[in-house]
Amino acid sequence: MSLPPTMSLSPTDAVPPIDAAPLLAVRGLSKSFAGFPALAGIDVTLRHGEIHALLGENGAGKSTFIKAVTGVIARDAGTVALEGAEIAPRSAQEALQAGIATVYQEVSLLPNLSVAQNLFLGRQPMRFGLVREGEMRRRAAALLRDFDLDIDVGAPLGDYSVAVQHLVAIARAVDMSARILILDEPTASLDAHEVEILFRVMRGLAGRGLGILFVTHFLDQVYAISDRITVLRNGRLVGERETAALPRMELIRMMLGRELSEATSEHPAKDAAETAPEAGGAIRFEGFGKAGYVAPFDLALASGEVVGLAGLLGSGRTETARLLFGAEAADSGRLTIDGRSVRLASPRDAIAQGFGYCPEERKTEGIVAELTVRENIVLAVQARRGALHPLSRREQDEIARRFITMLDIRPPDPERPIGLLSGGNQQKALLARWLATQPRLLILDEPTRGIDVGAHAEIIRLIRQLCTEGLTLVVISSELEEIVSYADRVVVMRDRRQIATLEGEAVNVTAILQAIAADAAPLAA
Amino acid sequence: MTRYLPVIVTAAVFALGYAVCALQFPAFLSTRVIADLLTDNAFLGILAVGMTFVIISGGIDLSVGSVVGFTTVFLALAIGTWNIPPLLAFMLVLLVATLFGATMGALIQGFEMPPFIVTLAGMFLARGASFLLSTESIPVTAPLYGAISDFALRLPGGGRLSVVGLIMLAVFLAGGILLHLTRFGTNVYALGGNRVSTGLMGISVGRHTVAIYALSSFLAGLSGIVFSLYTSSGYSLSAVGVELDTIAAVVIGGTLLTGGYGFMAGTFLGVLMQGLIQTYINFDGTLSSWWTKIVTGVLLFAFIAFQQATLALARRSVRGTAAKGTTP
Amino acid sequence: MSLTLPRKGLPQISAFIIVLLINFAVSPQFFDLRLQDGRLFGSLIDVFNRGAPVALLSLGMVLVVATRGIDLSVGAVMAISGALAATLADTQPLPVVLLAALGAGLLCGLWNGILVAVLRIQPIVATLILMVAGRGVAQLITEGRIVTFTSPGLAWFGGGSILGLPVPVVLTASVLAVAALVVRGSALGLLIEATGANARASALAGIETRMTTIAVYVWSGFCASLAGIVAAADILGADANNAGLWLELDAILAVVIAGSSLLGGRFSLALAVLGALIIQAMNTGILLAGFRPEFNLVVKAVVVLVVLLAQSPRLSGLGVLLARRSA
Repeated sequence: MSLPPTMSLSPTDAVPPIDAAPLLAVRGLSKSFAGFPALAGIDVTLRHGEIHALLGENGAGKSTFIKAVTGVIARDAGTVALEGAEIAPRSAQEALQAGIATVYQEVSLLPNLSVAQNLFLGRQPMRFGLVREGEMRRRAAALLRDFDLDIDVGAPLGDYSVAVQHLVAIARAVDMSARILILDEPTASLDAHEVEILFRVMRGLAGRGLGILFVTHFLDQVYAISDRITVLRNGRLVGERETAALPRMELIRMMLGRELSEATSEHPAKDAAETAPEAGGAIRFEGFGKAGYVAPFDLALASGEVVGLAGLLGSGRTETARLLFGAEAADSGRLTIDGRSVRLASPRDAIAQGFGYCPEERKTEGIVAELTVRENIVLAVQARRGALHPLSRREQDEIARRFITMLDIRPPDPERPIGLLSGGNQQKALLARWLATQPRLLILDEPTRGIDVGAHAEIIRLIRQLCTEGLTLVVISSELEEIVSYADRVVVMRDRRQIATLEGEAVNVTAILQAIAADAAPLAA
Repeated sequence: MTRYLPVIVTAAVFALGYAVCALQFPAFLSTRVIADLLTDNAFLGILAVGMTFVIISGGIDLSVGSVVGFTTVFLALAIGTWNIPPLLAFMLVLLVATLFGATMGALIQGFEMPPFIVTLAGMFLARGASFLLSTESIPVTAPLYGAISDFALRLPGGGRLSVVGLIMLAVFLAGGILLHLTRFGTNVYALGGNRVSTGLMGISVGRHTVAIYALSSFLAGLSGIVFSLYTSSGYSLSAVGVELDTIAAVVIGGTLLTGGYGFMAGTFLGVLMQGLIQTYINFDGTLSSWWTKIVTGVLLFAFIAFQQATLALARRSVRGTAAKGTTP
Repeated sequence: MSLTLPRKGLPQISAFIIVLLINFAVSPQFFDLRLQDGRLFGSLIDVFNRGAPVALLSLGMVLVVATRGIDLSVGAVMAISGALAATLADTQPLPVVLLAALGAGLLCGLWNGILVAVLRIQPIVATLILMVAGRGVAQLITEGRIVTFTSPGLAWFGGGSILGLPVPVVLTASVLAVAALVVRGSALGLLIEATGANARASALAGIETRMTTIAVYVWSGFCASLAGIVAAADILGADANNAGLWLELDAILAVVIAGSSLLGGRFSLALAVLGALIIQAMNTGILLAGFRPEFNLVVKAVVVLVVLLAQSPRLSGLGVLLARRSA
């Protein structure tokens, strides 16, 4: 391994010689799924001894990028060069042999095996055909000592915290002579102390010349550890910057704001005639929260009001939505509707109150792919009526037809399995599922994610139309322009708590960005 | 130490059961009863060794009972009718059984079919094949059989540890070494933990799946040989439903049916536990054989409920740490 | 998960007709019917009559499989209810006998349902318990003997006839009709399919997935106990050792032949019954052809493999890929 002589361990001034071939050079990487581009011409350069943060919201293409680079999925176009030599791994295994190791957020080791077995799986020290358990444990302990880990390597990996599991995964990768480490959200479930340990290890490894690609959504951590930053957005490269030269506000704008060329084109002015929501609100969540999930919050919703939930990935937006819908039971606070106190312990309770929820995970939590569009649309209505009060086939057909026409679901065939529809049309069918229940509150989590441009605009139009009809909407979106265009009020979240509420004139992209960027208590300190 | 808890519980329950038996019937303490326990359950024990590998790898093998039946019929015909020397017949049948298991493994891996269904088809096939060979009970009269059943290790106290009992002990020992002390064994656990992760860590999932089912069928063939020696006959209906007893023995031995956890020693205890219940019922004389099934069922429930509870506890503690991590 | 349009059952119907035609080819009297003592006799009637217990079991199994479950205990439950019915037949009035037998089935189903839905034990493991213990319980009831009875009331369920058709056939047809009416007439069918195909999405849409799951296991227990009554009535006795032995496997096979995915989702009650009849028609055909009944198992094994290969995710994945290519 060629170690640049001027290597420095300090994260801010590590500038390797320009002339050396970079450790990893990704050029023009593209990947489409079913015609929908997930990555379009991405360039990323990882230098020797560099910690490089890869940032972007959900759906920005970070995971796709990692998978395409490591050969887990085939790339459509583009090159990957390791120290100048092009590589084309066809599996994670081949990538590892080439020297690229990936540690996923969901640690892909085996919790039922011991730490030592995990470290040496498939390459245990042997004698007479038997594993030398003692020798393996000695080596494992020695290896982990380099990482300041002094643990019982004979115990199952699953007994240890996620932090330790991450370190073990990194140790395995490094011991298998990886030169590039890709860490996908390694800190998502670590506490501050564990993050500090991980960072120390990362700095040490970078000091040995390894390149580390670090995916995270904690901006404080990005500033604490990374040398450079690459930001992706909607499958496209927004830019590559030196961390030290990039103000936080600018970074958030890169992640959430439209690209500069588009930003000015469409800045919708709020409709001045729009009535201000009546004070008080018909649906009131008070002190609502769940320990370790979302800090208690107050939220009052008036009819016809659209409340946007903004914040970075991991700020607690989806968690809030699940609490509001009873999908996760709150352990504090109460809900009153029109002054009555209401129990909210399950989605059924929420539906009984006229709530509806379109989850972000459309495929796993939204649609039932095998069932037809008609069946998917009537599902919630039918569930609320109970099995013994079936909708007749004619009523079902009528409901399905009505919404297929109203929302322009294509193809307009109610008997087609919904799994065969495009993402946008699936989303519309899910909206139809809830509109059919004549809800008073709809919670939409990233309603426009993964949807083509045309359907995107239609869904926005729908949201605007629905609120004029008296429906209350809570909408989560990473598209700030989008939120601004329809929200009466924007609640900004960070670190799983509400940190600001913007109303009236204050509902604009800059204000939201400022609220998000406002200095938080540094996480990793 | 929670890892060993299921086995410790099994051992404690077995010790307790044995003590109860011994208090009521002091003869339980004689080496004769112990030796008979091993002999009578030899074929079940050998099957359970193979099943332990399969279940720890996250699969299941329903075909083992049928393979035993096939083997006994094949041996009876091969030795009695086709005049093949017994040892050659043994080797032939082991080869056939191993290939049979390897094929099932290949189907499971190659077509991503659930093991339950593939081995169900294997169960039909092997049983059907043995029916096709013969539906009669055929006695085996080879001199080797007589010699083997005459031979026994005499234990102090009058016990006779038969050849088949010794074979079972040897299989358990070899199985234990293979499972706990070799790379192959570790890989079996890895497969049961998470097939995808195992593949990502560079272990060939396909090769191991084939090997595991081949091993299980090989041991089923060996168990068939033992059964043939034990009964000195071949019958296509022998060992019907034994796959259930085998699975029960493995689960009672503390192995998780979802895969990834378990010990060979636990399986040994599970087999002995079933033998103990049977022996107790024989001693009692008034109790009927169906109590074996009922007690086995109750034990199964107790152990599965126990595992479910331990898992839930483990999950809660993991979730606890995760929640702690996300609290700012 | 297959995204094909709902199956119309064409392959199953063709398979059934083909098997029947083969039977006709090997035995020209196959379609002959004769009326004797007000009851129809003939090989074809035999197929329906002999196939009734498995058909009943499949009616229960098909809903369990639709929720992504499996019920291994149905054979044992058959044995229990058959044993109860036979033991009580000559001493108790018929309604009591039937209530006891059906009640036992419902209880067994409830037990399975609670293990699966409340304790969250994998279905295959949860129902294994009753599969092992259930037969012991049945033997306990009959005290290990083959219990015989003479009660004409109970015997009617096996040997009687309605409008010339054997009672088991009429019974199966009525259960199918009632079940179809209840499941498709109410919204149960939709809720079961949704639960099986995507339990998380279904729960978020407000479906009581837990109650749905318990209900299908109870239903399966009920069907199994009916099958047990028919089987006991047929032989005028209960053999706890052999009643329903391995029939759970036939029932699973019938459901698989009916095109249900073991991964849950779409189901068809009528096709499940048809699947059972296909199995029985093959059995009958093998007998008629003069082959030994032992061939049954080999043929079944081949059928399982063929059906599974057709359903294999890898193969269907290939199909989807090809379809996409050509589209």
